[in-house]
Amino acid sequence: MSRILIIGEHDGQNLNLATAKCVRCAQAVGAEIDIAILGNGVDAIAAEAASLASVSKVIAVNADHLAAPLAANWAPEVVALAAGYSHVFGPSTTLGRDLMPRVAALLGVNQVSDIMEVTAPNAFKRPIYAGNAIVDVQCAEGQTIVGTVRAASWQAVDASGSGTVESRAAAGSAASHSRYIGLEAGGGERPDLQSAAKVVSGGRALASEENFEMVYRLADRLGAGVGASRAAVDAGYCPNDMQVGQTGKIIAPDLYIAFGISGAIQHITGIKDAGTIVAVNKDSEAPIFEVSDIGLVGDLFKVIPEIESLLG
Amino acid sequence: MSEREVMEYDVIVVGAGPAGLSCAIRLKQLKPDLMVAVIEKSSEIGAHILSGAVIEPEPLDRLLPGWRDDPPPICIPVERDEIWLLSKDGKRRLPTPPQQKNHGNFIVSLGAMCGWLAARAEALEIDIFPGYAASGIHFTEKGAVGGVIIGDMGVGRDGEQKDTYMQGIEIHAAVTVLSEGVRGHLSKQLIRRFELDRDSDPQTYGIGMKELWRVQPGKCKPGLVQHSTGWPLDTRIYGGSFIYHMDKDRIAIGFVCGLDYADPKFVPFEAFQQFKHHPMVRDLLEGGEILSAGARAISEGGYQSLPKTEMPGALLVGDCAGTLNVPKIKGTHQAMKAGILAAEHIAEKAAAEGFDAKLRDSEVVRELYKVRNIRPAFYNGFWRGFLRAAIETVTAGKLPVTLPVHADDKSLARLDQGYTPPDRHWVERKLPPRDRLASVYFAATAHEEDQPIHLQILEPDICTTRCTVEYDNPCTRFCPANVYEMVEGGAGKALQINAANCVHCKTCDIKDPYQIINWVTPEGGSGPNYQNM
Amino acid sequence: MKILVGIKRVVDYNVRVRVLPDGSGVDTDGVKMSVNPFDEIALEEALRIKEAGKAEEVIVISVGGDECQQQLRTGLAMGADRAIQVKTGTSLQPLSVAKAMLGIIEREQPGLVILGKQAIDDDNSQTGQMLAALWDRPQATFASKLTLNDGSVTVVREVDVGLETIEIDLPAVITVDLRLNEPRFVKLPDIMKAKRKPLDVVPLEELGVSADSNLSVSHFAPPAQRAKGIMVEDAAQLVQELKNRGLI
Repeated sequence: MSRILIIGEHDGQNLNLATAKCVRCAQAVGAEIDIAILGNGVDAIAAEAASLASVSKVIAVNADHLAAPLAANWAPEVVALAAGYSHVFGPSTTLGRDLMPRVAALLGVNQVSDIMEVTAPNAFKRPIYAGNAIVDVQCAEGQTIVGTVRAASWQAVDASGSGTVESRAAAGSAASHSRYIGLEAGGGERPDLQSAAKVVSGGRALASEENFEMVYRLADRLGAGVGASRAAVDAGYCPNDMQVGQTGKIIAPDLYIAFGISGAIQHITGIKDAGTIVAVNKDSEAPIFEVSDIGLVGDLFKVIPEIESLLG
Repeated sequence: MSEREVMEYDVIVVGAGPAGLSCAIRLKQLKPDLMVAVIEKSSEIGAHILSGAVIEPEPLDRLLPGWRDDPPPICIPVERDEIWLLSKDGKRRLPTPPQQKNHGNFIVSLGAMCGWLAARAEALEIDIFPGYAASGIHFTEKGAVGGVIIGDMGVGRDGEQKDTYMQGIEIHAAVTVLSEGVRGHLSKQLIRRFELDRDSDPQTYGIGMKELWRVQPGKCKPGLVQHSTGWPLDTRIYGGSFIYHMDKDRIAIGFVCGLDYADPKFVPFEAFQQFKHHPMVRDLLEGGEILSAGARAISEGGYQSLPKTEMPGALLVGDCAGTLNVPKIKGTHQAMKAGILAAEHIAEKAAAEGFDAKLRDSEVVRELYKVRNIRPAFYNGFWRGFLRAAIETVTAGKLPVTLPVHADDKSLARLDQGYTPPDRHWVERKLPPRDRLASVYFAATAHEEDQPIHLQILEPDICTTRCTVEYDNPCTRFCPANVYEMVEGGAGKALQINAANCVHCKTCDIKDPYQIINWVTPEGGSGPNYQNM
Repeated sequence: MKILVGIKRVVDYNVRVRVLPDGSGVDTDGVKMSVNPFDEIALEEALRIKEAGKAEEVIVISVGGDECQQQLRTGLAMGADRAIQVKTGTSLQPLSVAKAMLGIIEREQPGLVILGKQAIDDDNSQTGQMLAALWDRPQATFASKLTLNDGSVTVVREVDVGLETIEIDLPAVITVDLRLNEPRFVKLPDIMKAKRKPLDVVPLEELGVSADSNLSVSHFAPPAQRAKGIMVEDAAQLVQELKNRGLI
């Protein structure tokens, strides 16, 4: 049976949802699943990780020099922990993408980036060309499989597990050549459009910059980022860094709600990998209804306030 | 503005199409020591080239003997010709007129062929510079053309210099060869400045729209050349279709409409899509996928509209002068021959002077002369045109009459003066692309958003006043890329220009009834990215 | 110091990428090839560092067949001083590319290596990190700002939750993200100058690197079609549906 070590991601306080998604991917391999939590004072986080479904064991490694997720410090630790595991997975977050290739190189292997699907314990599907092609990747026998797990492709497992927690001392010490200085959380309270899990978008039908307030309000109510179609940006209703689409941002939130957006192919290119696409448009012929998962033919000026009142 | 940096060449060629590349190659063959450069506004040679295309190989045989052993990437010998007269649901095979007998000709991707020509040009040490747009002319003290000015790059929408600002250089040359293709923006300026069209009829054009499809296996018959006329056009609109069967299950399918149509409500793009839904065509396309799409104006004026093709310091070759043979619907062999002739003239005289006389005395113009009355014959409707065209064909253009050619921008009928657009009985469409915006996607056209809008409206008030009343803003319909939209704003309707969609076809510059749309070149590298078109 | 910049020849980002009907690969027939956009940003940054007087030489390096010389010449036209092609006939995986670059690093001894964060064809985002590991030097990925100090560099990185600042000692590997800079346009005369700048070809075997990999890639497919969605009647149904699916 495969034994998978997942490198858990956290912010010092809470486990990142991406870790639970890695577990789902590991389940698809059909393996014994352990999680490693590196940091300083991470016992509570380790306990949280141990409660994830199907996790056997969580290894907590507490050390000063592991407090900040510097790849130069974490990678040797992971390599030390990796002995005996057939797979080492990390999330395809900026942390995982920074760390895991360094681990892979130290283990002497190439990495499978952005795993979308598991077809066999050593075979995976992943996106290339910005998701315009999906390839099958086969890993050679006898070599550790290092991979990152694509968040948009996996549902988080729930907290129905009962794994054990084990403490281990750090194997190495600080790499003197790299120093963590600080973190500046994203500007404003609203999640960044590019990485938000939920996004609410408005199109030209909003008809004015003032009306876009409705979109912002709903987004804040949902804790979502805000986007716009090219037409809305061209009409001056919002700044162009909010543009979602082929010439704007290409995003993959779990939930994308488009109000008054017709769904031209250039816009769809920007959201084709979204988990669930919701469209509200007055025009029942709008092309967006061809790609939406949930569609509502209606007047956004009525629908948005209705949604707000239903959410309470 | 600081003094521009200058590069010197003996000859600068503007536009890396078949005319320009043939000219450059021939020049270097005759005079290997000449410094020759070709500049091209598209990001890669071929990226702005759109044509059917069935070509006559004669100029290739002359320019590059042995080319058949190492042909362009897409080059299929023509096997069979079919001419069809379509009705809404039916079709009738017509006899193939001599101009459409394509035995010995080749179906090519002209874009791929230009890439192939460019490689040969580079092997001859011609400097080819894609991604640089000639935006202006450098004039000598005496007022002659002394070269070109490359457009500035990194200029913002508001005209301000961005961080990436790079001033365009000047390229000076003893002779400038303009091979910009149909309605070239520099050619347009120079024709006006030097009154090169003083003694010729106005140029007249068509819009050519094309899609490249991969059809289901078994449907493509390599080497089959099909043309049609009739449906979906009525008898007052000149035009027809082409379907060229290539290799690897690929077919080139397109539609041409003469831009002298009168109906302001007519949408050429829609006519093309309707054609695709004719039972004969729909069968071919069903289950296939679009690979690429685009549009480009074609010159239809021929002999009568040919301007003077020389001016001090420069000459015009190819379709920026207008050398396409309309009944053959072929311009490539003419463009190449004109380019080769220009090279031979320049090699001999080191000047533009005398080229026009040579061109008018050449096979290029002889060919135009022979078919000069065919296109204007259709000014009185399809059937009269058909009849007259038959007569002209049989008499090989020897009748002692030359029909005048009229301008397209004066052809639209006024909606406020009683014109009623006909009901076209068009069908509901199912094949992609769904609309012009979807079509633009397949042109892969790209423009840096933050740059000046390259479609200049010289009198914008007209758009929301006279034009709305007289023609209901036909630009919103004749543009194949949905660049122009009338949108409801706070103060009523306004013209919105989606410059980023532009496929550089030049139709708007041609058809606008007030001639207030002036197409200028956007930043070098902008525009379509056609592949194998 | 010398700065080494890795550039990769990739399908141009404007191209509508299509999978071949037989699944053997992506259709690159007649397709425009360009320098990977992130690599252009990497080169631009290296050139700015040199122009600020903090480096004497910028070397562009590409690992591939002779076609990649076209991209190396573009790099030279942008302003790089020298180009190196590590010549190989096969398409290499990131670990082999990193090993090849390490071989060149051992010869050139650069103070800084800058790469794009990922190539827009394979989207692997591995080479820079692997190179740093093999070289046993620091890495700073997804850089959106670089400040060179004396013997070290302060890097602001774009991370999911915001901007992270780290400081790393030279020599080091940095991979760059979109917002670091806007690459310059190439001046026509510089294209001519680039033709005369040195371009050295080093066969892969000479560096003792093999093309072997633990991964094999097969069967290219287009992305899955989205399943057909449902229509709801009103806002209430919409909200209910979203709640049922655990989305809100």
